[in-house]
Amino acid sequence: MNQSPAISPLIIFFASILTSNMILSNFLGMCSYISVSSEYKTSSGLGKAVALVMLVTTAVNYFVYHYIIIPLGLDYLRFIIFIIVIAATVQIIEMFMDRYLEDLHSKLGIFLPLITVNCAILGINLFMVIRQYDFIQSIFFAAGSGLGWWLAINVLAAIREKISKNKLPQGLDGPAITFIITGIMALAFIGFSGIFTVQ
Amino acid sequence: MINIIYTVLSVSIISAFLAAVIVIAEKYFNNYGQCEIDINDGSKKISVQGGSSLLSSLASAKIFIPSACGGKATCGLCKVIVKNGAGSLLPTEEPYLSKEEINSGVRLSCQIKVKSNMKILIPEELFSIKLFKARIEKITQLTHDIKEFRLSLIEPDAISFKAGQYVQISTKPYGKVTESVTRAYSISSVPSQSNIIELIIRLVPGGICTTYYHNIAKEGDEIALSGPYGDFFLRDDAKDIVFIAGGSGLAPIKSMILDIIEKGLDINMLFFFGAVSLRDLYYDDFFRAIEEEHPNFTYIPCLSMPLPEDEWNGEKGLVTEVFERHVSNGTGKHAYLCGSPGMINACLASLKNKGFKEENIFYDKF
Repeated sequence: MNQSPAISPLIIFFASILTSNMILSNFLGMCSYISVSSEYKTSSGLGKAVALVMLVTTAVNYFVYHYIIIPLGLDYLRFIIFIIVIAATVQIIEMFMDRYLEDLHSKLGIFLPLITVNCAILGINLFMVIRQYDFIQSIFFAAGSGLGWWLAINVLAAIREKISKNKLPQGLDGPAITFIITGIMALAFIGFSGIFTVQ
Repeated sequence: MINIIYTVLSVSIISAFLAAVIVIAEKYFNNYGQCEIDINDGSKKISVQGGSSLLSSLASAKIFIPSACGGKATCGLCKVIVKNGAGSLLPTEEPYLSKEEINSGVRLSCQIKVKSNMKILIPEELFSIKLFKARIEKITQLTHDIKEFRLSLIEPDAISFKAGQYVQISTKPYGKVTESVTRAYSISSVPSQSNIIELIIRLVPGGICTTYYHNIAKEGDEIALSGPYGDFFLRDDAKDIVFIAGGSGLAPIKSMILDIIEKGLDINMLFFFGAVSLRDLYYDDFFRAIEEEHPNFTYIPCLSMPLPEDEWNGEKGLVTEVFERHVSNGTGKHAYLCGSPGMINACLASLKNKGFKEENIFYDKF
């Protein structure tokens, strides 16, 4: 594990998009990634919602962790506390959007409740703690991971839309071919690994 | 020990704090104040507390929009036209709306939230829809899988409907079914009988509602129903009417025929009733009796697959084929159809061939 202060936030940002992509190198957030990727339009909406929630919850959980969990000596409870903070934050974001950002709500609103239980979000929050990022690093990390997640699901959806017009062997149709595509995408993303590593 | 208490306490306090934040946020964000809903260009105005769905806001003002799924965006029945105040179209509504509907402002009232003053258009008939409490007076077995339910209305104790309209009835949770479901059934009794209505329910294998009414509900039970709904009702400007019904689609047709006879209207009626075999035929004697008494009514039952033991001498074949044999020219005639989508689609084609005008054909698919 790296002692991180040396890593520039920008490197973290790009690394979490390309080399340590949440989906393609950590395989986190797979459930919605597999099930909501058959249409480009919807998956783009989901990707944006995930990116937004990642960013906001990481910021919130950074303060929760450093100003509540650590001073109270509750480090062993961070899993539970992070989850309930994420759930509450998503709820509030949804209400806020519904009131003030109607257009955005009509596009992302239906995805928000789904994301509450997305493990990529919790993953980001836990990595932030494990890797001992400071606030700026955490924000860049969350923004990059969100963008990476959005990129990965969009690429997958685009490929799946193309494939849907072709004939597949019967057993491969659906999730099976999706996993294979994801695997090949992950291999392709290894190509970026020479640029920078953070883990 | 102290550790455990400390842990439980801190998690509870944090959860309670977050819950409080959410409650406060909801009070603040979800408070849209009093909103005024203008219905049908000022013919009715209601004032509701904003923040809930249009469907439930209207229901709280005793205006019931038809909805079979109860607000889950799965039935697509609760359509209303919103002139302004609804925001942009939601992804959950899209699958239920055609392009023309989207352009004319049709929305699903269960999906849109009342956030500001709104202007909406709903069919005038919906104003007369009420919630009723009713008791099952009598259950009659009509065929092996069709039962007639006679319901007496308790509160309010009378319903005013047009022959052919339907009501929605709900079930109570039973067995493995944990939810209450609502389904639509046409009224088979005459409108003049306002305190009692009859429904005809066919047992659908695996159907939640039909199984409930066939196997669980018994005489004396109280049930909730709402209505009347629907634009499949008798227009009494015709001189010649052809009725075509299949299976439990007989219900609204029976109501229409009885209504015409009771009002003494000078209308020639030709009624085709399609069933599979003799055991699926019901109300046979009832309609034969009417036929004998009223020269303007002709009853033609037809069986598509009569069994040898039925010794059937009547019409054989699909109801469409029988119809084609009996009706040569449909000019100026009206047609009312009720039955399965397959039957209706087949009938629509042959009605048009016979010269029935599209605006004179009325149907109810289920």
